[in-house]
Amino acid sequence: MKEIEPVERHPHEEYLRMDRIPHIWCPTCGLGTILNAFITALKRSDIPRQDIAIVSGIGCTGRTAGYVLMDSFHSTHGRALPYATGLKLANPRLKVVVISGDGDLVAIGGNHLIHAARRNMDLAVICANNFNYAMTGGQFGPTTPETARTTTAPYGSYEHPFNVPFLVDSCGATYVARWTALHVRHLTTCFGEMLNHKGFSFTEVISPCPTVYARRNRLGSGLDLLQFYRENSVIRNNIDTRECDIRFQAQMIVGKFVQKEKPTYLDMMNTYLAEAVGKKFVPYVGPMDPAKE
Amino acid sequence: MSSKPPAVLTGPHYWDGDYACAEGAIAAGCRFFAGYPITPSTEVAERIAERFPLVGGTFIQMEDELASMAAILGAAWGGARTMTVTSGPGFSLMQENIGLGVMTETPCVVVNVQRGGPSTGLPTLTGQQDMMQARWGSHGDYEIIALSPSSPQECFDLTITSFNLSERFRLPVLLMMDECVGHMTEKVVVPKPESIKVLPRRWYRGPRDKYRPYQPDADLVPPMVRAGDDYRFHITGLTHDQRGYPVINAACQNLCVSRLVDKIRNNADHITLLDEQDTAGADVVVVSYGISYRVATKAIADARKKGIRVGSLRLVTVWPFPEKRIRELASKVRCLVMPEINLGQMFREMQRATVGTGCRTLLVPHCGGWVHNPNDILAAIVEGTK
Amino acid sequence: MKYWRKPLDADRCKSPHGEIHIIHDRCKGCGFCITYCPRKVLEFSKDFNRKGYHPPTVVKPEACVNCGLCETICPEFAIWSTKVEECAVEQ
Repeated sequence: MKEIEPVERHPHEEYLRMDRIPHIWCPTCGLGTILNAFITALKRSDIPRQDIAIVSGIGCTGRTAGYVLMDSFHSTHGRALPYATGLKLANPRLKVVVISGDGDLVAIGGNHLIHAARRNMDLAVICANNFNYAMTGGQFGPTTPETARTTTAPYGSYEHPFNVPFLVDSCGATYVARWTALHVRHLTTCFGEMLNHKGFSFTEVISPCPTVYARRNRLGSGLDLLQFYRENSVIRNNIDTRECDIRFQAQMIVGKFVQKEKPTYLDMMNTYLAEAVGKKFVPYVGPMDPAKE
Repeated sequence: MSSKPPAVLTGPHYWDGDYACAEGAIAAGCRFFAGYPITPSTEVAERIAERFPLVGGTFIQMEDELASMAAILGAAWGGARTMTVTSGPGFSLMQENIGLGVMTETPCVVVNVQRGGPSTGLPTLTGQQDMMQARWGSHGDYEIIALSPSSPQECFDLTITSFNLSERFRLPVLLMMDECVGHMTEKVVVPKPESIKVLPRRWYRGPRDKYRPYQPDADLVPPMVRAGDDYRFHITGLTHDQRGYPVINAACQNLCVSRLVDKIRNNADHITLLDEQDTAGADVVVVSYGISYRVATKAIADARKKGIRVGSLRLVTVWPFPEKRIRELASKVRCLVMPEINLGQMFREMQRATVGTGCRTLLVPHCGGWVHNPNDILAAIVEGTK
Repeated sequence: MKYWRKPLDADRCKSPHGEIHIIHDRCKGCGFCITYCPRKVLEFSKDFNRKGYHPPTVVKPEACVNCGLCETICPEFAIWSTKVEECAVEQ
């Protein structure tokens, strides 16, 4: 449904593809809020818009790339991280942000997640965790808490889920945080820090999924879930990520858990090769330049 | 005085096909490589890992072939000329993202140094068993360009051709080597850099606000931009319109997919490369590609000694299949013989192209692991004269 | 605002003040802004928008301090506040 042209414009509209708004996300879904916080952080950062590229995978969160008015890439399921790796390495000037969902990044993309973290690839990764594969109707994934009901676990999930902050922390990520869609101020600060962070930064954002996850588990609407987050999330910055398990409808720990400096993949590659190869080393020549061809 | 090694190693060399392929990529301006080791393609990656730091390229060994293919697509949008190499099992893994490359019209080169299959098969021995997979491996309707070198020299030359075709038609181009050609060491002559024709990327040069990622030029190929130049474009693997925005309906699918297919079909004459010898007045023509061509030359020579009028048609581009030329030949000769190191893949295409011409088609199959015995091909040629 | 003692510059303190803008037809009635406005400025309107939802309506315009929470928490980009003349802090 095309919306009637409003007289006033929301301040974030210059960063959105207004010809595709309203977006497809459900009422009380947290993804719009996450996108909103991201744009807020983007506007406050001093990175020029042209230097930012967004890569997302498949799923509800994966649609984010389609709504931002920036160079954006909607790749295949689970492959946003290696796609972003190639993009970043081809043009190191870019700040590449990966915005994707829990299933996309941690299940099918799990292998790529651990390696991108291990390499400390200079990518900012926003993982919207709604505990299921929402776009396809609500199947369980590796972040679904035990006993939660989903379409492929109709009697409740009996798999141990990942503790995602612990996972990426153990692989070498240099910025690890978890917030919820409710914590918009923290999200904005966090995303701002991620944009400036050199290395692999990862934030898990717990997000309500009203239409599938919440409905199947009788958790109410997204507003009810936000209220649940309010009452049951505890901020523990710098806590050991081992403690950050999530159980079904139980207290969860949020906060900024890891923030450290470590040479990025490109730092390692360039310094090491310059040293090992010596005088013959030629640093990467950069991408092809249309202005010069 | 700079003593940095040049990118183009002009002069004669004694290289195997894998090394020649790596050098061809460097000569073509490839400066980003992402790959995963797999026999018998690993030497390409190893050569590139050694040479890229000397010529200003970025090499990364990814965690698997799916990541490699995704990385080269992303890097192409970053503005680099990109390539990956693999063999059968890795080629299977790359299919989904090859489809993404076709759908998003991303130029890159994928080299498959074929080996015996299926599954793990014969890692160190040759095969030509992925030829149909090259055409149909990814899901959905699409056309692809695939080339088949028959010598290390061609591994060098056709890698450059592959890059040029990928830039000209904006899609992943497949270089279907095989283990024999990849591990065969022969003389490779590298020309001077000025003699090597490298096609520049078709950059968009119009007004910034009028840029539409998938608005094609007259030849159905749209010009490209790179990330970071403030074009604010959106690329998706979903069926999309000219703006690049997903449009999920049959009408858009028709427009989107038809153009991707017509882009290659309508331009087939500009893509097809054939090596024809002595087909005029021939009774039998041997249609072959890759290493099988080399073996066939012996059989052809022996057949000529027997007095048989036999010609040779070598498929340099295997896809799009040169139906037109095959059909023309089929109407003039008695029999077309195809030796392949598989149980009949390109042969089916050849049969299809000869329907209605009355021409006989004979397959000389081989399960893989070694090349044909030339006598088997000779026997088929003799049979074709009857 | 309650003080345990009156600040010496109480008559000079100014509270930021904001004006709410709502694009009614974009709202999907999620209630985030209404629930989490720290000053309880908004409530569900009795009217429907084109989509059939009840967008927010400003019931306490003088209470808005332009904190911007509604602006950031709205998933639909349907509400924001702009800074207007600061007013004196309530006693």
